[in-house]
Amino acid sequence: MRIANRLASAALVLAASACTTMFEVPVETPIKPKLDVTAFSRVLVAGFVAGGTEDVDANLETVRLLRSQLKNKSNLKVIDADVLPLREVAAKNQPARQADPASPAPATDLPAVIKEDRDLQAFEPLFANAAYWKKIGEEFQSPLIVTGTIMFAPQATTGYVQREQEVYDTFGRRQVVPVRTFMERKGFILKPKFIFIDGRTGAVLYTETFREEVLYSVEQSNPALSTYFELMDRLVPSFLSALSSQSIRGTRTLLK
Amino acid sequence: MVSMNRLKKPLTFAFAAVAVFATVASAADRKEARSQVEFGIKVAAQGLWKEAIYRWERAVELDPTYAAAFNNLAVAYETAGWFDKAKKAYERALELDPKNLYIKQNFDLFKEINDRANRQSSR
Repeated sequence: MRIANRLASAALVLAASACTTMFEVPVETPIKPKLDVTAFSRVLVAGFVAGGTEDVDANLETVRLLRSQLKNKSNLKVIDADVLPLREVAAKNQPARQADPASPAPATDLPAVIKEDRDLQAFEPLFANAAYWKKIGEEFQSPLIVTGTIMFAPQATTGYVQREQEVYDTFGRRQVVPVRTFMERKGFILKPKFIFIDGRTGAVLYTETFREEVLYSVEQSNPALSTYFELMDRLVPSFLSALSSQSIRGTRTLLK
Repeated sequence: MVSMNRLKKPLTFAFAAVAVFATVASAADRKEARSQVEFGIKVAAQGLWKEAIYRWERAVELDPTYAAAFNNLAVAYETAGWFDKAKKAYERALELDPKNLYIKQNFDLFKEINDRANRQSSR
């Protein structure tokens, strides 16, 4: 009887596998880069105009992070050069611009401290200065240049926040209910603007702006640097997808 | 009149023979399409997607009503990064077999990626 049962179940398994008409397979779907970088074999992450907080040197940290990410996840050779002090460069270029009467744009004073987005706007002419970037490009054998602005600033908000709370009814049964509580929260906001420049001509090829923020309760103490990396972690894949094709792993079902 | 009547029988026979032959031929095509699909699945499982594309393209040529072949072809186009072709193949597969949940699921997953790629290129 046992043997008959075993034979019957084996026959069922065989019949089931014979009837299998679907197969799950792993797939990797490639996504093309936003920018055609075939003309470049090297990339220079030159530096950023950064502001918002004194706790993190967002210029230096961003350059280091992007260089290491590009080394690991792109086909471009990453140039290890000194980080450009772009605020000083912009300041140096400014008197010349003011002295030039033919300059159509009125010269704006560069802020000594960068606290808000509008402070960064004063540096925009630097990124449009093709002659400057062409010179930098010549210095490094015409690479793709990555530069831009980084605003990493603390923020604090107060308001109602919905969170889940455990409650027990008269029978001792546990329930989780949503509760609205008034909370003071603090955190950081990160707003990088990445500018990709053609090192052969100094012209801007592509610009991309991101915005990420995080808020914690006031009792929580998170160092600014770890928050900076937490926020950069979220947007680095998007940054990389501008330069290199990415693949998304998943599964699909093939049918007979 | 007599000669016409005499001709009728062999003609009818000939048409019937052609019709039977055509049916046999399409059954043969369907069989061949199925074997192409099966072979395509084998090579796709080994990561040989280009070969799989060739097989499944052949399968849909042989049997343009074979929903599974269009589904597989769409998956293969997706892995090659040919999103326009993949979309068309998924749509055709769903036209042929609108209730197939596997095709629907594959298409939904594809649409997520396709939307993302389109968002990137439109930035």
